[in-house]
Order: sequence, then C-alpha cells, then structure tokens
Amino acid sequence: MTSISEDSDKEKVRSVSVDLNNDASLVIDIPDALCERDKVKFTIHIKTTLSSFQKSEFSVPRQHEDFIWLHDTIVETEEYAGLIIPPAPPKPDFEGPREKMHKLGEGESSMTKEEYAKMKQELEAEYLAVFKKTVQVHEVFLQRLSSHPMFRKDRNFQIFLEYDQDLTVRRKNAKEMFGGFFKNMVKSADEVLISGVKEVDEFFEQEKIFLLDYSSKIKDATAKAEKMTRSHKNVADDYNHISGAMNSIAADNNTAFKKTISVCVLQKLEDRVASDQELKLTELLRYYTRDIQAAKDLLYRRARALADYENSNKTLDKARLKGKDIAQAEENQKQCLRKFDKLSESGKKELTSFKARRVVAFRKNLIEMTELEIKHAKNSMSLLQGSIEILNSN
Amino acid sequence: MSGSFGRNPPPLPDSEDQEAEFDTRVLDSDEEEEDEEGEDIFTGARSKPITPTSAPDEGDIFSEEGSYIRRDVHHATNGLHSDEELDLFTEATVELTLTSTTSQGRREITGPTASACNTTHVPNSILKPSVVTKTMEELEEEESGDKFELNIAVTNPEKIGDGMNAYMSYKVSTRTTLPMFPNKMFSVRRRFSDFLGLYEKISAKHSLLGCIIPPPPQKSVVGMTKVKVGKEDSSSAEFVEKRRAALERYLQRVVAHPSLLQDPDVREFLERDELPRAVNTQTLSGPGLLKMINRASDAVNKMTIKMNESDNWFESKLQEVENEEQLLRRLHAAVDSLVNHRKELCINTAVFSKSVAMLGSVEENSALSRALSQLAEVEDKMEQLHQQQTFSDFFILAELLADYVRLLGAVRCCFEQRMKVWQRLQEAQSTLQKKREAEAKLLWANKPEKLQQAKDDINEWESKVSQYERDFERVTCTVRKEVLRFEKERARDFKHYIVKYLESLLHTQHRLVKYWEDFLPEVKAIA
Repeated sequence: MTSISEDSDKEKVRSVSVDLNNDASLVIDIPDALCERDKVKFTIHIKTTLSSFQKSEFSVPRQHEDFIWLHDTIVETEEYAGLIIPPAPPKPDFEGPREKMHKLGEGESSMTKEEYAKMKQELEAEYLAVFKKTVQVHEVFLQRLSSHPMFRKDRNFQIFLEYDQDLTVRRKNAKEMFGGFFKNMVKSADEVLISGVKEVDEFFEQEKIFLLDYSSKIKDATAKAEKMTRSHKNVADDYNHISGAMNSIAADNNTAFKKTISVCVLQKLEDRVASDQELKLTELLRYYTRDIQAAKDLLYRRARALADYENSNKTLDKARLKGKDIAQAEENQKQCLRKFDKLSESGKKELTSFKARRVVAFRKNLIEMTELEIKHAKNSMSLLQGSIEILNSN
Repeated sequence: MSGSFGRNPPPLPDSEDQEAEFDTRVLDSDEEEEDEEGEDIFTGARSKPITPTSAPDEGDIFSEEGSYIRRDVHHATNGLHSDEELDLFTEATVELTLTSTTSQGRREITGPTASACNTTHVPNSILKPSVVTKTMEELEEEESGDKFELNIAVTNPEKIGDGMNAYMSYKVSTRTTLPMFPNKMFSVRRRFSDFLGLYEKISAKHSLLGCIIPPPPQKSVVGMTKVKVGKEDSSSAEFVEKRRAALERYLQRVVAHPSLLQDPDVREFLERDELPRAVNTQTLSGPGLLKMINRASDAVNKMTIKMNESDNWFESKLQEVENEEQLLRRLHAAVDSLVNHRKELCINTAVFSKSVAMLGSVEENSALSRALSQLAEVEDKMEQLHQQQTFSDFFILAELLADYVRLLGAVRCCFEQRMKVWQRLQEAQSTLQKKREAEAKLLWANKPEKLQQAKDDINEWESKVSQYERDFERVTCTVRKEVLRFEKERARDFKHYIVKYLESLLHTQHRLVKYWEDFLPEVKAIA
C-alpha cells in the first residue's frame, strides 16, 4: 500500500503535454493515489467556476477502469468524430518492480544486511517511480479533456467527475468489451480503406502520408528507447551489486585497501541518474505514439465518412435510375456530406493544433532531458574527482 | 662462499668524494633494511625511477665496486672493463647466502655480487680482507637500498603458422637500468607455452621455500582454437588482447618479486633468443598428467594435515586469505555482469540512434527534424563512449579482480607448502623417536652388533630433524615476509587500478557533458 502526494512534482509531471490546466474555470489534478494490491485508486481533485457543476471544489475517488470507460464513451460519441480524442492512459503496470521484489526476497540469504537494505530501498524507489508515472498519465488524460472546448462540456465527463458513488454500474460489461474488440478489427480494415480512398483535399493527403509513416517510426523508436533504458537500468543495478560486494570486502579488510574500495560506492549514482533521464525520453515517445494513433483514428473516421458519402452518392444515383426512394437517398446523401464536411473542418483544426502541440512538447521534453543529463554528469564528475583526490592523497 | 673473499677483491674507490657518496647511500639503505623493506624497493623497481644522485656518479660507484657495470660507462680508473660483463653475468648462477643477518633467507642468489668478486682483472692493487668484507656487506645493502628500473612490455602479437599448429607469438621487451643485465633494452619473442614453462620452472624451485609465485594466465582452448582457425572477428581479437595484457601483468609481477628476479630462468626467459619448447605444459602430456595426480593427492593431504599452530598469525592470516578470495570472486562476478550489460547497452544505444534518425527524417517540422537527427548523432557518440567504458570496465577492473583471485590461490599454496614442511618435520621427529626406541630395545636385549647401526641411524635422523627444523623456521619466516610483501603490493595495485578506473569514468562523464552541451542549442532552436 503506497500513497504519494505530488505537490512538489506538479511542474515536473506535465512534461509530455503542455498548456494544460491554464483555464481556471476547470482545474483538475490528482494529488493523491493509493495502491491496493492490483488496484490503484486515484483521488481526483476538481476546482471549477462552471455553473454546470454542483460544487466549486470537490474530490472524487476513481479507478483505472473508470478512466477507460470514460475514454471509450467519448470515442463512441458521434459528435466527437472530428476530434482527436486524447489517448486512454495505459493500465498501471507494477509487474517489473514486483518481480524484482520477489527475486530480492528469494535471494535475501545470499547477501549482507546492508546490501539487502540498499537493494530494497532501490526497489522501493523504482516502485514509486512507476507509481508516479501512472498517476501522471491519468492526470494528463483528464487535463486534456478539461482543456478542450468540446470535451469539457461532455456529459459523461461531468458524470465521471461528479458522480459521488462507484461508477461500476456504468462500466463496460462483457458484451460491450467484445464489441470493442470487433471495433479494433474493423479499424484495421479501415487502414486499408484509408489508403485506398482517393483524397480530394491536399491537406488531408499530406497528413495521411505523414501520419502513417510517422506512426510506425515513432512506435519503433519507443520500443528501442525502452530497450536502451532497460539496459541502462541493468548497468545501474550491477553497480549496486558491485558497491555491495566492495563494502563487504572493506568491512573485512584494513586501511589502504578499504579506503580504496569504499570510494567506489559513489559510482552507482552515475548510472542510476542517467537512466532516469532516458526515462524522460522514453515517456515522451510513448505518449506521442499513442497520440499519433489518436490522430490516425481521426483520419480513419473521416475516411469512413468520405466512403459513406461516396456510397450515398452511388445509392442516390441508383435510386434516381430506379425512380424510387429518391427523397430518402437525397436526404441520406445530404447528411453524409454534412458529416463529412464537419469532420473535415474540425479535423483540419485538430490536426494543425496537434502538430504545434507535438513540436512544443518535444522541444520542452528534449531540453529538460538534456539539461538534466548535463547536470547529473557534472555531479558525477565532481564526485569522481573528489574520490580520485582522496585516493591519490593516501 | 668465504673463498671469494680470498680472491682478488674489487678495488676501493679512488677519490674521497666518491667514497663519501657511497657511504650516504649505505645509510639510506640501512634504515630501509630495518623494517624489511628491502624487497619493496625492487617491487617498486618497475615503476619508480632511480633515486641515486645522478647517473654518471652511480655508474662510477658501481664500476668501482666492480659489480654493476653499464655498457656505456667507461671510466679508465674504475673497475672492470665492459667486455668482462658477459662472462660475469652469464656465470652468475652461484647460490649464496650472505653472512649479514638481515639477508638471512631473503635472497638465495646474489650472483652478480659474488661473481664480481671472482673476477681476475683488477687494474688496481689488492686490498686488505677486512676492508673487502666491509665493502661486500655495504654492497649487498646498497643493492637493496637502491631503486632500479625494470620495465617489461608484452606487445605485437603475431600469428605464426597455420591451422591447428598455429600459435601466437608475443614480443617481450625489457627496458632496464639494472646492472645485472648487460643490455639496457632488449626484446625476444615468446609464445604462450613459454610463459607456462617459466611458471613451472620457477614454481618447482621457489614454491618449496614458501614464496608466493604469481600464477600465469589460464589456458583457453576455445579462445585459441578460434585464433588458430583464423576467424578474424572482434571476439578473437579481444581474446588475443586479453591474453597479451594478462601475460604482461604476469611478467611484471614476476620481476617485481626480488627472489624471482634473480632467478636465472627468469633472466633467460627475458634475454635468450631461442627458448627450448616447453612441452611439459601440455595438459595431456606425461608431466601434465603427473601434475594432475599430484594436485589431487595434495588436496587429500590438505584435508588430513592438522597442524599444531604455535603462531596464531598464520591461522588467522590463512582465514583472512580464504575469506577475501570468496569476496573477490563475488565482486568479480558482479563486474563481469556489468561488462555484459554495458555491452548490451552499447548495442541498444546504437539501434536506438538509428531509430531516432529515421524518426527525424520523417518529421515535418524542419527544426525538430534537425534536432532529432542531432539526437541520433549524440546517441551514436554515447554508444562509442559506452564501448570505451566497457573496455575500461573489463581491462582495468575485471582483470584485476581475476588476477587477484588467482593470486590469493597462490598465497594459499604458499601456506600449504609451509604445512608440508611442517609435516615432514613431524614425520622425521617421529622416525627419530622410533629409532631411539629401537636403540633402547637393543640395549635392553643386549645385541651390541646392531647397536652401532642403531646409533648411526639415530645420528642420521637427528641431523635430519635439525635440518627440517631449520627449514621450517626458514619457510615460516619467508612466508611471513611474502605475505607482507603481497599485502603491500595488493594495496598498491588496487589503488593504482581503481584510480585508473575512476579516471576512465571521469573521462566518460566529461565527454558526455560536452556532447549534451553541444546538443542543447539545437533543441532550443526548435520553433
């Protein structure tokens, strides 16, 4: 059972997405969270001046599944077809640290008390990091909804924020989940569709090409970044083992030898920290992989609408030929065209702002990462220099 | 031994000031003698420069004594001519124990000193024995009081031959100012089995005396086969480099040991152009198998000997050594893991770098695109940094630890030798006891004819017992000294290598800072 409070981390937390929570009329954050076995309970804190809400400031507990429900209902809402829907936060994954904790428990007998304590501390820190990360992505999800002119007015969003009881009743039952599965299948068919449909608008043509390519590249980059970060973490862990072993030797031995050894413990700091920086980059890439997917989804929907429109045209022509149901077909066609135009218009706006948002987020994140790398490398350097001096003076 | 004093002694220094200089030096070394630091100077020999006043003076002094001469120093008034040198040193196989107390058991061979006294070419007058004695002693002390330089490098591995009979030949270069070597710089080519052969020879001679013999690098069938077969990939290159470095460290440790340095086999190894092929080093040869059998029987013996330890120092020291060996093994395993993970990190970083480059090429915002390609380049440089760091991790840290695990094994052997000597003493004592009892029985049974035999036996065993007692004393003393020397050397080694490792880490961090600082403006330029 772990809980955190994030007041100091608020600024650092919003690293993948920017310009959220600027509007004081609806301010959302997640100040606290509890982890009970597999379930994480987020405490969502809302401050609002909007009249649509009953109270101006309140808190509500929610689980991860509630977020998913909210996301899915928004996706299913027709009105939002022309908008980029913020990607759902991924499920909290404590498997990594949990497994390590398990292994540590098994190997407890083979290491000294200090080493065990240190490793336990490290693992707890790792656990905490995962925890903080998951809180952050959930928070960002809500903030994107609250800062979007359309989504913030969504009825379900309001329910999510206000309903003071458990949302379980409203969540997906098995049948609906199955439906969702089908939807994904249909989506991949859409991909074929989208590449096949002849695009009339130059803007969307460009976007399509760009997004398809970019999506695959960023997915790849994310995977590689994760691998690299994992390697770096392994190196950091090794340094831990080394410092533990060296401590044992130092405890056993005398003077010169011991001093030499104890100095080496400082080294683990170097790698530990470096891996934290890379985590930033990985997070950024991961987030944008999901976001790009959301943008692609928008394109799919539009392509679908276009296909529908073209189909309706064909139907109308057929009806005109046959001479019956013409009015109906005309109406249908008009609707499809309206839908398509609406999608195109809002789609264009969304995609343009998405572009800008992405560039800004990358910039901010890369700057932060670089500055932290420099800072920690300089720290390491001074530590190392100090150690070398101590050793040389003996 | 004393006969050498009767021979033509080396001439005394001609001038007053030279003698004075000589005297001061003796004083210095005297102090150092007190705390048995004598050996240490030789240990430092390979890395520390010569401390004596100045080169030509030193040359003068030594040539005056007639013992240490350098080829390039020709002083008309001084001792021997340089063409005597070769005779001098190739003959220097005399085993001596000098009379001065502090040298007791410390150095078996003082060849050059003795031989110098044997020379017959003395331009100057013969001197009084008493003066000579003083000179001899001072000489010996001086020998230990000075710091000489001896540098060994193992370089230029070359593959000789083809197929399964191929082998790697290494160049062993020696650079020295030690007087006992006629040349200052020389080199020979040796192969791995030569090194192993050297170890066998030294071990046979010195381990019985309780010396710690540095163990050679291990054989590796897999590694060598790859090299023989001719695979020109990075792993076989790595193997050759690993072996080359290990051989170099091995030789450096050997010559750092004062007794071993004096050993003619060592000198022959360093100097002689062609060495007879050491066939005893092959695992499946006759001697190889014999060795394995001996080792097995030794292991059994070890379990059965329970020594009555009068001196707690040995018991606690052995325990310390065994503990440390365990800990070092653990540490080595951790460092090994580090090396492997860092290699993985290299690969993953390289892959990531390419991926980022691809992403950058797709990116439509031009400034971001440029920044991403820059990031790819930075990550590429990071990969190189990681590569270098891996190299350091391995060659500085991992190999150091592996060496010391093996060295601790050698230290343990040294303790075992002492136990063996003790056991021999015990057995002799019990045999003597039995002979005494036999004599008593004979006396009682009144058989005079056998009595003489019994008495002879007793005498024989009495002298054996006293011999073995002396041996045991000597070995005990040697082991103690060896352990102290080892500890000093270990402390120095570890300090040296760990500083080196930290410096490599520092260098890496420094470059890291530079790369990221160069990258930062690129990122900031994104609009």
